[in-house]
Amino acid sequence: MSARTSLGRTIAAHAVLLTYTLIALFPVFVIVINSFKSRKAIFADPLALPMPANFDLVGYQTVLKQGDFLLYFQNSLIVTVASLFFVLLFGAMAAFALSEYRFKGNTLMGLYLALGIMIPIRLGTVAILEIMVATGLVNTLTALILVYTAQGLPLAIFILSEFMKSVSKDLKDAGRIDGLSEYRIFFTLVLPLVRPAMATVAVFTMIPIWNDLWFPLILAPAEQTKTVTLGAQVFIGQFVTNWNAVLAALSLAIVPVLVLYLIFSRQLIRGITAGAVK
Amino acid sequence: MGALELKGVTKSFGKTDVIKGVDLIVNDGEFCVFVGPSGCGKSTLLRMIAGLEDTTGGDILLDGKRMNDVAPAKRELAMVFQTYALYPHLTVRDNMGLALKQAGVSRAEIRAATDKAAAMLALEPLMERRPAELSGGQRQRVAIGRAIVRTPKLFLFDEPLSNLDAALRVATRIEIAKLHRELKATMIYVTHDQVEAMTLADRIVVLRAGKVEQVGSPMELYNNPANTFVAGFIGSPQMNFLDAASMGYPPGRIGIRPEHLTISRESGDLKAEVSHVEKLGGETLVYACHPDHGLLTVRLFGEHDFAVSETVYLTLQRDRMFQFDPAGKRR
Repeated sequence: MSARTSLGRTIAAHAVLLTYTLIALFPVFVIVINSFKSRKAIFADPLALPMPANFDLVGYQTVLKQGDFLLYFQNSLIVTVASLFFVLLFGAMAAFALSEYRFKGNTLMGLYLALGIMIPIRLGTVAILEIMVATGLVNTLTALILVYTAQGLPLAIFILSEFMKSVSKDLKDAGRIDGLSEYRIFFTLVLPLVRPAMATVAVFTMIPIWNDLWFPLILAPAEQTKTVTLGAQVFIGQFVTNWNAVLAALSLAIVPVLVLYLIFSRQLIRGITAGAVK
Repeated sequence: MGALELKGVTKSFGKTDVIKGVDLIVNDGEFCVFVGPSGCGKSTLLRMIAGLEDTTGGDILLDGKRMNDVAPAKRELAMVFQTYALYPHLTVRDNMGLALKQAGVSRAEIRAATDKAAAMLALEPLMERRPAELSGGQRQRVAIGRAIVRTPKLFLFDEPLSNLDAALRVATRIEIAKLHRELKATMIYVTHDQVEAMTLADRIVVLRAGKVEQVGSPMELYNNPANTFVAGFIGSPQMNFLDAASMGYPPGRIGIRPEHLTISRESGDLKAEVSHVEKLGGETLVYACHPDHGLLTVRLFGEHDFAVSETVYLTLQRDRMFQFDPAGKRR
């Protein structure tokens, strides 16, 4: 089979992928175009592109005026980046310990940590809230960071320990013989080699945290700790919803996470295709 | 300087005993090869000497000092790995100098040491490259260079040639032998390849299932194997084993190397049928099938024409014949 004869197959594959891309991007597209339109235009023709006739920045103006959206963005970023940092750091360290060292209860510990993938952390919301109240962490970003770190660790450890096992044992041993500490071996030899896996974990961890409404609503609903997702809810009322503002807020919320995603995506692609292409 | 002593060393992983009591003394400046089939514990033993695996029982002494609980970096040894294990983020020079840098040696001294090692291994043009830009043979030379730079008391080689192709393997083997002559350092070398063992070693330690079967110089093992395992493992092609009783000897087995069997078309001890012939140019290997003893290998020098299914007669050189008891021990 030469490359030429499989041209038809290539076209078919691309057609499927393009269709999927269109379906996946369509809601996002609708949100973004409508955020630039007047309220009347949104309801009159939701699929129309923003034209001079229906162009209206009222949504963005509302968002920037009402509430402190800059603060909400800052809160979301702090929570996401800090949680991401801790998930990657602790996840990688735990994965290294589980894959590298032989100790009693190693397998059991691995299974225990993997359990977290199967049991949603939200089941423990009441207990978490009680703990946060008892420790006085309610309405702090720390509370969110702690919960998200716990939420992200199981998957991170599961994925990373598989990758860590594939790092050459000889390389680590060479480091030991050359007098590198276990920490140097971990940070300078092993981590760079599992970078694609780290990026994969980063993306999978980051997006649910950024989009989460549940924990901010329960643990940190105060004005100064609101995240973007929670902040956008003020425009959704029981009787009246300010669609312009909601759409504008959501459009803005896409930007930071998109930037983070682009940073990781180059590594991510290498992570997903690792092994596929030598 | 650098003699190694193992006293009743054992190692268990959980309930499995991998090393079942090894006693061994490696003399100063000796090239000692651990050889054995895969899974015999030779690499584990090497890793225990390096300190990468802890010892379940017994003592490891370097220079008369007990090393069991000393960290690998403090044992003053260097190791060359099968997979080279070069640090991918460092240049060749930094790879070679890292151990000295960790030990707090001055920059100028590191530079001098790496330059010297590079000159020995002809690595000078590669010093600023990264491992990814090197070929397999070059990488292994860098790994060897990294070991030399440390001027260790003991060199450990863990199957360093297994990942190289045949031609490079021979070249690197010669290089290691030359290095040993120049450095006069104590070296321990692990391999499953008996040719490497025979060509490099001052002394060979044959291991099987975590136990030492025999220790001796290559020629001692070849000419005086202690049991059927050593007899079969050392020498290529493998020694022929014949049923002793059917030849009028006490029960057990008779061992005869392929080069010590003579073949004739007219007469001899054993009548057999040629089942396969391998012509290598310099030598010819004839595989002959005998009804009692099975397939026997005959090694002839030069070119010979034997046809498959031809009837031949084999004769044993009596003075080169080994007798083993039913348990496999040399009689």
